[in-house]
Amino acid sequence: MNAVLETPTVATVTAPTSYLLHLADNAVVLGQRNAEWCGHGPILEEDLALANMSLDLIGQARLLYALVVKRAPTLAADAPALPPEGAFAPWGGPAALNGGQLTEDTLAYFRDVPQFRNYTLLELPHHNALVGYAKSDMDYATTIARNFLYSALMVPLWAQLQGSADSDLAGIAAKSLKEASYHLRHSRDWLVKLGDGTDESHARMQSALEHLMPYTQEFWTQSALEKEASAAGVGLDWAQLQADWNALLDDALAEATLQRPASTGYVTQGKTGLHSEHLGFLLAEMQSLARAHPGAQW
Amino acid sequence: MTTASTPDTTVTTPPALKEWPLWEVFVRSKQGLEHKHCGSLHAADAAQALVMARDVYTRRQEGVSIWVVPSKAITASNPDDKGELFDPAADKIYRHPTFYDIPEEVGHM
Repeated sequence: MNAVLETPTVATVTAPTSYLLHLADNAVVLGQRNAEWCGHGPILEEDLALANMSLDLIGQARLLYALVVKRAPTLAADAPALPPEGAFAPWGGPAALNGGQLTEDTLAYFRDVPQFRNYTLLELPHHNALVGYAKSDMDYATTIARNFLYSALMVPLWAQLQGSADSDLAGIAAKSLKEASYHLRHSRDWLVKLGDGTDESHARMQSALEHLMPYTQEFWTQSALEKEASAAGVGLDWAQLQADWNALLDDALAEATLQRPASTGYVTQGKTGLHSEHLGFLLAEMQSLARAHPGAQW
Repeated sequence: MTTASTPDTTVTTPPALKEWPLWEVFVRSKQGLEHKHCGSLHAADAAQALVMARDVYTRRQEGVSIWVVPSKAITASNPDDKGELFDPAADKIYRHPTFYDIPEEVGHM
């Protein structure tokens, strides 16, 4: 974990493009996942709530992708840098299918799984781990637990980025903080209601947490791109972030009468481009229309 | 119900879904002074009703302030009494100040 770095004396500091893509991909993947509840919510109000939150997340992704486009219009043909140990060699670039023009849409729709930088936690389906061929209904407890674990990270993270030396990113952070605060409030409220609820809701929430907690280890392992971001003075104090996240978690779990599960085992590496089997299906659904008609205009 | 391993807390558990009470939602718009009634929803308790009202009734920037009131706290007039409650005022224009001519010397009252 890196300590706080002083703002460098360079006049303009910009966060590395790969870090912006990481933040944007987190938002777009979770937005897409939560949108799966649209029309299928357990109650009408929750259907609307999740759709609202998905729209918030997609809005954040748009702002971040737009910033990437502004700063790195030549991202087109060059593959984003992968760490040397990356086993996947991305083919072409996000703009290759759009006549060389990099836009928010090409970043969202024309990148493939190895080029996405989101946490693996966010691409998981809305149920516990199953055997490869099994199907399951969507479990609301899993949705809420995941939203809570992510929002509890993003609220302190956006709060810190408001003070980033990168003024564009600081602006996006200020806006996203309000949205993330609401997402945290919503998921925490449901976490407590379901945790401190009936025996069934408690059992489901506990099991959802146990399934998801190991994926949060990825938050705290510094990837090459995060080291690069810290070195560039983006200004994240990871130790403080982890302390804040733990405090939010412990407080909410205690109120929800839930046990905090152990966070051990394989550490996922979604932010380096090594994803679970689920991202491919999520992207196939998200991108199929755009890829079937590249360059289409409404 | 809490699990067997935890002591019984004094917090009452929220009612089951079928028993969620109905709440009336009032929203005040940016330009408005009063909260207008805009609909109702079912929620387990007041805090949840507020959050749900925010999601359902302020999606399109309808408001800056929300009130939620349990429907059973509201006493409404009986529609059958509409005649005796409201019709008498309808045809008595002398109840309005504008019915009267004020002499100019008096000025504005």
